[in-house]
Amino acid sequence: MQTDTDQLLRRILTDVLGLKAGQADGFTAETGLFGHLPELDSMAVAGLLTEMEDRLDIMIEDDEIDGELLETYGSLLVFAEAKRAAA
Amino acid sequence: MTPATWPCPTADGARAEEYALCFDSGRAHRLLIVPALFDEANRMRRLTVEVMRRLDGAGIDSMLPDLPGCNESLQPLEAQTPTLWRAAMAEAAAHFRASHVLGIRGGSLLTPTGMQSWHYAPARAPIILRQMIRARILSSREAGVTETYDGLIDQGMESGLNLAGFALSPDFIDEFQHLTGQVSKVIEQDTIGGGGLWLRADPGEDREQADALAAILAIGIKA
Repeated sequence: MQTDTDQLLRRILTDVLGLKAGQADGFTAETGLFGHLPELDSMAVAGLLTEMEDRLDIMIEDDEIDGELLETYGSLLVFAEAKRAAA
Repeated sequence: MTPATWPCPTADGARAEEYALCFDSGRAHRLLIVPALFDEANRMRRLTVEVMRRLDGAGIDSMLPDLPGCNESLQPLEAQTPTLWRAAMAEAAAHFRASHVLGIRGGSLLTPTGMQSWHYAPARAPIILRQMIRARILSSREAGVTETYDGLIDQGMESGLNLAGFALSPDFIDEFQHLTGQVSKVIEQDTIGGGGLWLRADPGEDREQADALAAILAIGIKA
C-alpha cells in the first residue's frame, strides 16, 4: 500500500522528470534514480531536494545528501519517511 | 515576434542597450514580463514565449526584456545587484509603455510598481539562493571538494560566488538574501494545472499550461 509520503514523492519525481501521469506508479524500491537517469544532474538534484522540503514539509541538511540516498527510489522514500516521522 | 532594444541603466549611470523579445503592435494593453531567474530562465523561456504568442492573439502586446548580465546581455553579471535589476525593469516598463506586468518565478522579486501586476508561482529569494548553493555543494562533492552552505555564504559575502555558472558579487548576495517582491496578484501552479516547468530537469513545454496562464492574464488585463 502506498503511504502519503510515497504518493507525494512519486508526484514530485513526475514533475522533476517530466513523466506522464501514472508513469511513476511503476517505480519500485529498486528503481534506479541518480546515476541511472541522465536528466538528474546536480542542479536537478538540488531542485528535487528543495521541492521535497517544500511539499513534504521537511528540512534536509546538505551533509545528509550522498550517493546512496539517491541511488534508488526505495532509499529516497525511506529517507523521506524517516524525515517526516521526525518532523 | 520581434527583438527590440531598450536603454538599460547601468551601475555607473550610463546606458547600455539590452534586448527584449516583443509582440508589439502598438496596442493599448501592454504586458511587461520579468523573466524567471538564473537556470530557471532557460527552463521557463519556452512557456513564457508561448504565453506571449497567445496574448498576441488575444490583442495584448507583450515584451520580455533581458535582465542585464543575463541571456543576450553584454553587461557583466558580476556587476549587477537586485537594485540595478529592479531599476532596469522599471526602465523597460517605461520605455515600452507597459500597462501591466507579470513576474515569473524569481522575476516576481523585481516587478516594477505603479501598474497592475501578477506573480506566477513566485519563488522566494532565500530558497533560490539555497538551491543554487546546494547544486554547487553537490557538484563540488563529485569533484572531491567539501563545501558547506555557511562557508559558501561567507565566501560569497567576502569575494563573490560562482553558482552553477552564474558569477554573483558580494553586493548581489548580500542584497538578494533579504529580497522580497512587492504585493501582487499571485497565480499559483495549482490554478494552471500540471507540474511546474521550472522543476524539469530538462527544459520542457506544455500547451495546456500556456493556454491557462494566457487566459488568466488576458481576462485580468481586459477586465
